[in-house]
Amino acid sequence: MTARVGVVTFPGTLDDRDTQRAVRTAGLEAVPLWHRDKDLKQVDAVILPGGFSYGDYLRAGAISRFSPVMESVIDQAKAGMPVLGICNGFQVLTETHLLPGAMLRNNHLHFICRDQKLRVENAETAWTRSYEQGQEINIPLKNIDGRYVADERVLDELEAEGRVVFRYRELNPNGSLRDIAGISNAAGNVVGLMPHPEHAVEPLIGTGRTDGLGFFTSILKRLVSA
Amino acid sequence: MARVVVDVMLKPEILDPQGQAVQRALPRLGFEGIADVRQGKRFELEVEGPVDDAALARIHEIAETFLANTVIEDFSVKVEVGEGADAAAGKAGS
Repeated sequence: MTARVGVVTFPGTLDDRDTQRAVRTAGLEAVPLWHRDKDLKQVDAVILPGGFSYGDYLRAGAISRFSPVMESVIDQAKAGMPVLGICNGFQVLTETHLLPGAMLRNNHLHFICRDQKLRVENAETAWTRSYEQGQEINIPLKNIDGRYVADERVLDELEAEGRVVFRYRELNPNGSLRDIAGISNAAGNVVGLMPHPEHAVEPLIGTGRTDGLGFFTSILKRLVSA
Repeated sequence: MARVVVDVMLKPEILDPQGQAVQRALPRLGFEGIADVRQGKRFELEVEGPVDDAALARIHEIAETFLANTVIEDFSVKVEVGEGADAAAGKAGS
């Protein structure tokens, strides 16, 4: 049986179709989930894709955090289900406090769209097992609220526990503290990052590379070994 | 109806590039002597019924869980005086 990966659509989500396609490209079954659904349809993992859920009104990710689907996602994430938040999904995960810290307006105030080099700092999370520790990947990044902040104590804790999963290489595009591009929870099943792996799974589009595919094949590895 | 105002500000240690952009524009506009600007949000809540301790506690909870992200923001809750009729008239006139 193929692993089922739920992809949540909130009003304002943009990248749900690309994410579903990336899931299928990795050989998994993509299950669309609607923000009003409490039922997760027995998926094995959930991805919160990029976009501007609820128009980013109030704060990015703040309103989606209270949607019915998130109640179930939060419960399941705490029980160990793999959850990946990409861009707006990462913002939602910080607003739910499944991941520590918060996302703020980029330090230069501009929307940014570029190919971004990252270093994989932790290849043992549910979403990074297809990568090597220290591997550099190049995937698209596009956001205006991408500046990761947390207090010094939280940052030190993340570093000490290996929970800084991705760091920006060569250029910090938004002023994120300690060049943090992505983090995980303590158990390693919940991961959030600002750049977009789902836009780099086929050579024809995005960076012209398939560096993002590893996220989606990682989850297959994990589910098969579970 | 009474009005309760919730002010939300980034914590002092959090970089506020929007406030800085405003501050940098001031000399260009001929306004000197402003050393720093920080930008926040103001929410005006029109409350049905009396603004008693229970209502204020509820608004505090709204502010803490939703209006502000207390990881990065501080907030304050203030009750604005003025009767409903006056407030409505003021609104109509503005």
